[in-house]
Amino acid sequence: MTRIALSSVAAAAVLASASTAFAQTEIQFWHAMGGNLGETVNALAEGFNKSQTEYKVNPVYKGSYTEALTAAIAAFRAKQAPHIVQVFEVGTANMMAAKGAVYPVYQLMADAKEPFDPKAFIGPVYGYYSTPDGKLLSMPFNSSTPVLYWNKELMQKAGLDPNKPPKTWPELGEMAKKAVAAGAKCGFTPQWQTWTMIENYGAWHNLPYATKDNGFAGTDIELKFNDPARVKFIQMLADWTKDKTFVYGGREGKSTALFTAGDCVFHIASSGSAAGIDKALGQDKVGIGMMPYSPDVIAKPQNSIIGGATLWVLQGRPAAEYKGVAKFMSYLASTPVQAKWHQETGYVPITMAAAEATEKEGFYKKFPGREVAVQELTLNPPTANSKGLRIGNFVQIRDIVDGELENVWSGKKDAKTALDDAVKAGNDQLKRFEAANK
Amino acid sequence: MEKRVTFNSRWLPYLLLGPQMIITLVFFFWPSGQAIYQSVLIEDVFGGNSKFVWFENFAQLFRDNSYAHSAQITVVFSFLVAAIGLGVSLLLAVMADRVIRGATAYKTFLVWPYAVAPAVAGVLWGFLFNPSVGIIAWMLQGIGIEFNYVINGNQALLLVVIAAVWNQISYNFLFFLAGLQSIPKSLIEAAAIDGAGPGRRFWDIIFPLLSPVGFFLLVVNIIYAFFGTFGVVDALTKGGPGKSTEILVFKVFNDGFRGQDLGGSSAQSVILMVVVIALTFVQFRFIERRVHY
Repeated sequence: MTRIALSSVAAAAVLASASTAFAQTEIQFWHAMGGNLGETVNALAEGFNKSQTEYKVNPVYKGSYTEALTAAIAAFRAKQAPHIVQVFEVGTANMMAAKGAVYPVYQLMADAKEPFDPKAFIGPVYGYYSTPDGKLLSMPFNSSTPVLYWNKELMQKAGLDPNKPPKTWPELGEMAKKAVAAGAKCGFTPQWQTWTMIENYGAWHNLPYATKDNGFAGTDIELKFNDPARVKFIQMLADWTKDKTFVYGGREGKSTALFTAGDCVFHIASSGSAAGIDKALGQDKVGIGMMPYSPDVIAKPQNSIIGGATLWVLQGRPAAEYKGVAKFMSYLASTPVQAKWHQETGYVPITMAAAEATEKEGFYKKFPGREVAVQELTLNPPTANSKGLRIGNFVQIRDIVDGELENVWSGKKDAKTALDDAVKAGNDQLKRFEAANK
Repeated sequence: MEKRVTFNSRWLPYLLLGPQMIITLVFFFWPSGQAIYQSVLIEDVFGGNSKFVWFENFAQLFRDNSYAHSAQITVVFSFLVAAIGLGVSLLLAVMADRVIRGATAYKTFLVWPYAVAPAVAGVLWGFLFNPSVGIIAWMLQGIGIEFNYVINGNQALLLVVIAAVWNQISYNFLFFLAGLQSIPKSLIEAAAIDGAGPGRRFWDIIFPLLSPVGFFLLVVNIIYAFFGTFGVVDALTKGGPGKSTEILVFKVFNDGFRGQDLGGSSAQSVILMVVVIALTFVQFRFIERRVHY
């Protein structure tokens, strides 16, 4: 029975693809979204394929971000490049520098005569991936920003009001200490520490990460994140490790396990983690709010910056096929698609219109806290320090910073020495990047 | 009398050698050549901007403190993996050789870990020692030892060594056991009649007769520690915390594939290749002399 059903489905699929394939132009789209996210991506492509008959987007899951990028590079070198590849935000400077490999999105849209309005996008989302004069290089796809999560149950146990989260770092410290004293195993743990505790701390407090507008205005830059404010902040966290007010849970997203296990009271993590965290702890036990700030550094927070990935268009395909790529980009940026993407995944929408549509549908009432990411990103018009980061060899530099922060948490180095060392080693990487791309 | 195989046809030996030669050329010489070529270039990843820089990539490595650090870690790591791996498996082989009841079961269990891929071994040990959910970490905490390989570099290195050794023990065990079983029983019995105890019999008879196997395993284990352990490190620590488990082969991968620095990464693999060739040469030249066949 099932076998017959299966084979007839397979036969139908073969027939369907055979009947449509010959007239259509196929567009290869390599991405790094596994699991549920991968299914959402497939549904997006499906939606586009059904909306017209000329082009057929074929999404292919290529593993992690690094694996997808490596595969695309190898394919490009073998002259078999996909049309579209998803690249994480830290690869932006390296992609920009790849001469002759990349087809900038603003140019693609102009060449294909597709309507395209930069003003429709959310500022920091657009800014991160555009040239200093505001031309978009790659299409924002999945963007997120760090937000504060708290465990309401643990706050209650410590005699704290679960609906009054900390607004500043000193407040967070006090509350975390109280919770630890009341039996919590851990006060606070951050996810993606380089992104949340160094990069976003800088943007949030309007401090530069690197010279030349964080690298937007040139490649001959130097890192700047060893400023007194961040040294003081990292040292404070290091001091907190002694009584478990701060607990380090590992690189990238590993620390989230500590929060979802109910060990930690506070967690700073990607807004894209919201769905997973809600599922693990129960939506009514989790609060989502804005990141705290240090009142001795800035009176009011600036705005946060994004993480995530964008879609880069690669050169080397027949010109006619790029028209379809441009159409797909327009489709992705359209309000219903963005609103759906935002609600299903927890990533921020790339346009204001999609955020407003989501609001109108009453989604934020049902899932309180999901609007915080957009609020943080649009808190103030971005400055040169909070527009984004354009750093060459950023993957290595993040590894360096991760390593040096671990030296601080283990007590091997104090915050000042570690951040100075990270800046020094990072600057060597920047010099190397400049040499490779002259 | 000298034994000599003669071929009737002139091309038959070439034909028989051919497949092996092709495999060696395609999977060893070609990539090695590519690595040497890449190591003198600096280029952007898409290959659009390639520059010949002589030995700048190598010079860069020798200026870089983290490379020296990585080399240091590798020496310590390889020594520990080879020494502990050989020591423990020799002990196990000697024990298993003496067991009479249920010997097959013991041997089967001891060979099992070899079927586990290094990356899986890494995940397995990482889970056992996980500071928040690991059962062994939890038991250690019970006796007052704070085990957290996520922060503590030495503990991380220890854990990587344990996982790497565990994965390789079966292989060593198998060879040692075969070696032990090929030692004529009469020799050992004769020694026993002369009044030699088990310890004496081991050091004076078994150990020297086992030396060819031991030597072979030493070479294999050093190469394993240098290259084969990549999966363990990648799955367990990704070189961290700090850079305390970043062995050379992991750095090659990390700089090349994560960092997209092909020139620097190739220079590292060329150095690694030279080091391993030199090590193997030294072992054959100096240690092999003391091996009795």
